Amino acid sequence: MIEHTAADLLATLRKGDGSAESLTGAFLDAIRQRDTRVRAFLHVDEAAALEKAHDIDARRKRGEPLGALAGIPVAVKDVLCTAGQRTTCGSKVLQSFVPPYDAHVISRLRRADAVLIGKTNMDEFAMGSSTENSAYQITRNPWELACTPGGSSGGSAAAVAACETPLALGSDTGGSIRQPASLCGVVGLKPTYGRVSRFGLVAFASSLDQVGPLTHDVRDAALLLEVIAGHDARDSTSVDRPVPKYTRTLDDPVQPLTIGVPREYFGAGLDGEVEQAVRAALKVYEKAGTKLLDVSLPYSQYAVATYYVVATAEASSNLARYDGVHYGHRAAKHDDLIDLYCRSRGEGFGAEVKRRIMLGTYVLSSGYKDAYYVKSLQVRRLIKDDFDRAFAQCDVIAGPVSPTAAFRLGDRSDDPLAMYLSDIYTISANLSGIAGISIPCGFTKGGLPIGLQLQAPPFEEEKLLRVARMHERATDWHTRRPKL
Amino acid sequence: MADLPYRIVIGLEVHVQLLTQTKLFCGCSTRFGQPPNSATCPVCLGLPGALPVMNRRAFDLAVKAALALNCRIASFTKWDRKNYYYPDLPKNYQISQYDLPFSSDGHLDIQTPEGTKRIGIIRAHLEEDAGKLLHEEGGSGKDSLVDLNRTGTPLLEIVSQPELSAPEEAKAYLEELRLLLKALEISDCEMQEGSLRCDANVNIHVPHADGVAATPIVEVKNLNSFRAVERAIKFEANRQYGQFQSDGKKLGDRGVSKATAGWDDVRGVTVVQRRKEEASDYRYFPDPDLVPIEVDSAWIAEVRALLGELPAAQRTRLQSQYALSAYDTEVITRQGRPFVAYFEELARGCGDAAEAKNWLTNEILQTLNDRKSDVRAFPQPADAIAELIREAKATGLNKQRARDVYAHMVSEGGTAKEVIKKLGFTPVTDEGQLRDIVRRAMAANAKAVTDFKNGKVKAADAIKGAVMRETKGMARTEMVQQILLEELQRA
Repeated sequence: MIEHTAADLLATLRKGDGSAESLTGAFLDAIRQRDTRVRAFLHVDEAAALEKAHDIDARRKRGEPLGALAGIPVAVKDVLCTAGQRTTCGSKVLQSFVPPYDAHVISRLRRADAVLIGKTNMDEFAMGSSTENSAYQITRNPWELACTPGGSSGGSAAAVAACETPLALGSDTGGSIRQPASLCGVVGLKPTYGRVSRFGLVAFASSLDQVGPLTHDVRDAALLLEVIAGHDARDSTSVDRPVPKYTRTLDDPVQPLTIGVPREYFGAGLDGEVEQAVRAALKVYEKAGTKLLDVSLPYSQYAVATYYVVATAEASSNLARYDGVHYGHRAAKHDDLIDLYCRSRGEGFGAEVKRRIMLGTYVLSSGYKDAYYVKSLQVRRLIKDDFDRAFAQCDVIAGPVSPTAAFRLGDRSDDPLAMYLSDIYTISANLSGIAGISIPCGFTKGGLPIGLQLQAPPFEEEKLLRVARMHERATDWHTRRPKL
Repeated sequence: MADLPYRIVIGLEVHVQLLTQTKLFCGCSTRFGQPPNSATCPVCLGLPGALPVMNRRAFDLAVKAALALNCRIASFTKWDRKNYYYPDLPKNYQISQYDLPFSSDGHLDIQTPEGTKRIGIIRAHLEEDAGKLLHEEGGSGKDSLVDLNRTGTPLLEIVSQPELSAPEEAKAYLEELRLLLKALEISDCEMQEGSLRCDANVNIHVPHADGVAATPIVEVKNLNSFRAVERAIKFEANRQYGQFQSDGKKLGDRGVSKATAGWDDVRGVTVVQRRKEEASDYRYFPDPDLVPIEVDSAWIAEVRALLGELPAAQRTRLQSQYALSAYDTEVITRQGRPFVAYFEELARGCGDAAEAKNWLTNEILQTLNDRKSDVRAFPQPADAIAELIREAKATGLNKQRARDVYAHMVSEGGTAKEVIKKLGFTPVTDEGQLRDIVRRAMAANAKAVTDFKNGKVKAADAIKGAVMRETKGMARTEMVQQILLEELQRA
């Protein structure tokens, strides 16, 4: 049962086979049995989950109307605020932080009668591509425990892959949903910037962050996106436009369909096995009558550099509030105010977060701001223009998600630049605000999953999901589950 | 100022809190004096994941102020983060406006002894206020308390050109600004409560052999009253002159930069604190949590329609419409719009603008001052006081009696007519009645009548006195005089 998709589980529950309580119990059992190895979860609230499930069963019995996710467990990346429940962001700084409010997406999940099963591990403040930057634990790839699940939403991706939950939420600032989805063989969707409210999402880089689903298949991604998308007056960057019924049109193929294939995504650094799998996926589309079009994104070569200026600049300011004064970690001993700041932040933050705060502070500082920050905003505009030009010729853009399949834990921890390059194909979607999805498209000889990335113009999630679904219906990669 | 050996150059940076019900980026109350940290929420506490959303009403008020200051309103404006660490700033950045303020290039006319002077406004921008730190008495340095009620209150920063050339002008500028902002109900401008704060940038131009030397600019802070602004500038200019005499340092010299000084009101001195170049690098950048604002002409027109008559225009109109002196107009307009409205109603009601002005600027203003109250809380409406003025004139009620009636109306209530009757101030105006009283008085003072007949004109005073006693002074003297003469001649 735990290997089923959320859509299947919902159908079963609606038919009256089994109960939400037994379903939640099954996933809690899976967590108990598997998560000692996978270590995807930071906190699991068994009692609350079972109580919610019990309540849904009772309401179903009374014939009351139920939400779109009634009785389905959802795991949530620990970057999303949950009222009355610890929200750590994978950081020591927020070890004891209990938000008095729910993130917008959490309210939406509660309203949809989802069962919030637990909070998942992540790179501290979503900074990283392997989840190794968590202050708490190392999450392992369910397909190969010696490998990384990717990051920063590694906990959510691993939890879905390991069948510890059918649905999970992550956040994507430079690839943090799509890259771990790819490395764990699940589906991960980064919506258009503004499609999902960021209220209650602890900020890393506000102009890039977006919440999105991690699921077994595209149908579940559509289902979960439908619940979390939409305008929220508490986030002025959330856009007020209707949310299509993604699940309703999902199985309609896009015809005619032109897929743009950027030549820059198949250059040096791309692993051979990954390229092979991605090209095979493109063949699947071609067979179905899709036109493949060679496109160019010339400025994408500057995406990683641009990203590490914009994202770190915003982060240096966003993370300034963790100073030990009002909440969060405060150093036990300090001489004066400056010492309190230095010690609290010095003790509370890990190395990668400190590195990025320093970078961001530097690129904004007087004398360097024009050369770095201001220049990056200009390049960001050019990267967006690249996509606008490409999308004038094609419906979606396809390519790899990450240059390699899952790498071994520890392999890149001492080489931040190598780690940053894990996101080379995903970062430009955040810089330009467009939507992107990672879907399973094969395995390496060593049995590690490989993902295909599809990207669509802003607010074209409906088309993106339909195109992704076309591949999914022609293949069975999304049905594979790791042996645990 | 002509006798000073230098010319003072002053630019003012004024912060005013806007009169909104709620804060700039959240729904918390901005009311002054609530229990510490009670008017807070995740947004103004800067909790993780909380996001700011602009208060449209605050922006409208700010645009209103900028229009009143003749500023140009930008069609595109945005929010920036000013980054610095301080415990009264929970996010450790302030949401402000940096390179694209919503308004710029305005002016404010002030009155100086030399006449009207136009002071340029460089810019006016919106930002959020910080909280307050309460330091433990005794200065152990251990316990400082933070009150975040004020955090996020909308602040309008108005930066003048360095075009004020005397401490008195700085004060006049502040008074005119306060009058304008109060009249438009943009801010209550209470320096004591911190809803108006002012920093002064001061330097002096000293004539010397090669022309004019400008001294380094000093920003004077901690100015808690208009009087403090005036005194501090006077002191600082003089201090800079002394300094210049001893070190000759000029603005623009190598190693010379802007300094900050605090005003010590008790000792009456400015204390130079730190060099500006050592101050923080604020690392301004656009706030990615807030969308930029596009202001179209319809929006501006909508706000402009709410402006009404500005104090300067009002002053001119009052002078010509009611034939008031410049001084009287100033006294009236300075009290704000409701006071002016009261005056105009009173003048219309009693049909005598001069009398209305006298009553308003003497009795009514005195009452308001005694009660520390506002004209909106004054117990008698303008038409009631107008009735008093009309009655007093019609019945020849003397000033002192009219004042008594006024005092009674204000403290006990009642209309002018009622109070006049109650106090027995109803005049004896019936000629027949008065003639009877005169005749009775003559009968009772036969000797005086005889004396008068014998040429002692003064003897009539005794009879007059008796009549006035009889009428409790409510007969008009001229009328008594007239009737008495007639009766004496007839006798």
